[in-house]
Amino acid sequence: MHSASRISRQTWKFQRDIRLLGAGVATGPLEGQGPLAKEFDCVFDDAYAGEESWEKAERKLMEQAVQAAMKKSGVTAEQIDVMLAGDLLNQIITSNYTARDHQFPLLGQFGACSTSMQGLAIASALVDGGFTQYALTGCSSHNSTAERQFRYPTEYGGQKPPYAQWTVTGAGASVVGIGQNGPRVTHATIGKVTDMGIKDPFDMGSAMAPAAADTLVTHFEDLGRTPEDYDLIVTGDLGKVGSAILQDLMKETGYDLSSRYNDCGLMIFSSDQDVFSGGSGCASSAVVVYSHILNALNAGRYQRVFVVATGALFSPVSFQQGESIPCIAHGVVLERVNGI
Amino acid sequence: MAGNQVKERKSLSLDKGTYSKKADQYKPKKNIWWNSLKAFLVGGLICGIGQAISNFYITFFDFTERTAGNPTVATLIFISVLLTGFGVYDNIGQFAGAGSAVPVTGFGNSVAATAIEHRSEGYVLGVAGNMFKLAGSVIVFGVVAAFIVALVKKLLFLI
Amino acid sequence: MSQYVIAFVVGGLICVIGQLLMDLTKMTPAHVMSTLVVSGVVLDGFGLYDPLIDFAGAGATVPITSFGHSLYHGAWSEAEAHGLIGIITGIFEVPSAGISAAIVFGFLGSLIFKPKG
Repeated sequence: MHSASRISRQTWKFQRDIRLLGAGVATGPLEGQGPLAKEFDCVFDDAYAGEESWEKAERKLMEQAVQAAMKKSGVTAEQIDVMLAGDLLNQIITSNYTARDHQFPLLGQFGACSTSMQGLAIASALVDGGFTQYALTGCSSHNSTAERQFRYPTEYGGQKPPYAQWTVTGAGASVVGIGQNGPRVTHATIGKVTDMGIKDPFDMGSAMAPAAADTLVTHFEDLGRTPEDYDLIVTGDLGKVGSAILQDLMKETGYDLSSRYNDCGLMIFSSDQDVFSGGSGCASSAVVVYSHILNALNAGRYQRVFVVATGALFSPVSFQQGESIPCIAHGVVLERVNGI
Repeated sequence: MAGNQVKERKSLSLDKGTYSKKADQYKPKKNIWWNSLKAFLVGGLICGIGQAISNFYITFFDFTERTAGNPTVATLIFISVLLTGFGVYDNIGQFAGAGSAVPVTGFGNSVAATAIEHRSEGYVLGVAGNMFKLAGSVIVFGVVAAFIVALVKKLLFLI
Repeated sequence: MSQYVIAFVVGGLICVIGQLLMDLTKMTPAHVMSTLVVSGVVLDGFGLYDPLIDFAGAGATVPITSFGHSLYHGAWSEAEAHGLIGIITGIFEVPSAGISAAIVFGFLGSLIFKPKG
């Protein structure tokens, strides 16, 4: 059984019927004006979410997402064996406070914008291995907390280039366990760190596309699959620039993604919203996957989806010191279970 | 693992040099002419407003053309702090780029934006402790340069 | 009237220099502003900035380059009066308005305003 779980160095196959039992999504106002807004559980019409600071607002978003996930899965806080969550802030503070408030045993995750799938992969592994009955996985991001920490104060009059991205203000969480409801988590491919020497923190798409390509190619090769085996292959937040680069890289390697590829950062905002090259941040993938994609799987619009969340693993200090931006991408396969 | 296939495993072949060329193909280019035009117009406008303010001080207060610069700068900084506080300056900055950053209003914005942003950490450590995070480099380099140039010139005269 | 046009054009051109530095090089706004300030110091050191102010008025006093000019001016006039030590005592004499205004109004601003994101 163990050798069958480890397909290769990077790819895992889950043996048991691991399901996304229920998921919740909360966002800020800009996302609430986007095309997927009706599928979100909670939309705040103010980026402060009624709180005193941006950081507290982000916590509120994660709280709402967690509450909705527990409600929809029918699993109570006391039944959650472990929380695997993270965010972009120093010491993943949003997740720490959320776990404190609910007294969840906590395994904090840092994968930058790849946190959603990192958390989901590990949560599924813990359930599959019998260590955990119900796991809660999630992540959050907030445009203002990210700008404040990684770039400039929010009222600063700096000029962003057209290939910059817009950090999504939102949170997504899901309860993971063995059950009858929800899409099944079948495989995960854990990414390696790639670094193509990109140094511009406004150019995340270029930095992260190689990591996504590396994980995709590894996944296909490990399982002997092609893009045609999936109804949808979606990346977390490559944006316009990164997704174009990714498709080019994949074509060069012999994989044509075009007919079944999309990017959460492009799905969450409409083209007339002023978001430069598209959405980014941990919440970009979590919000879209735990609402729209999950709904589509449940409704039968998709049978099998591969979600690859991409993260830029740099720090505010590293890029000031002239270092390049290392990136990573983690992928999880979600499948619809047909019939009863 | 099912089936020992002998086919070659595909892998990405990437090296930094060719990758950055490829990535640049897909990056939208900054529109340099348009950016410069916007900077020219907005920067010029701010200086025009500054001229009006200077004239106001010369006419109604006891300032000369040389000394009117001081209250003008203070007034412009006051205005930029207001615009920053009302959440308008960041929009102007995205449009105008250097047109709003180069005039002294940009200096005022960099101080005010940082001060306002950090009030959540309190007034001592947050506001006061962080206020010059962005503007500090201008002050430091200006002072050091003034010191060096004045020193060199003075020493040259002594020789 | 022509006074306004000259101020507009000269000020606008200095901003264009800043914009080109930002767009054509990898310099951040802080790097560009620091470069412009130092340029103001150097130009005044060569006696070129005062004539520019006489010609362009606010077109030369409003851009951040004038901050460099003020810093140098204060240092030099004190040095003329008191020798080398005057360089240190004179630096902040002239640009006091800009820095004081930024600190005071920035602080007051933080009392009144909240960031809007």
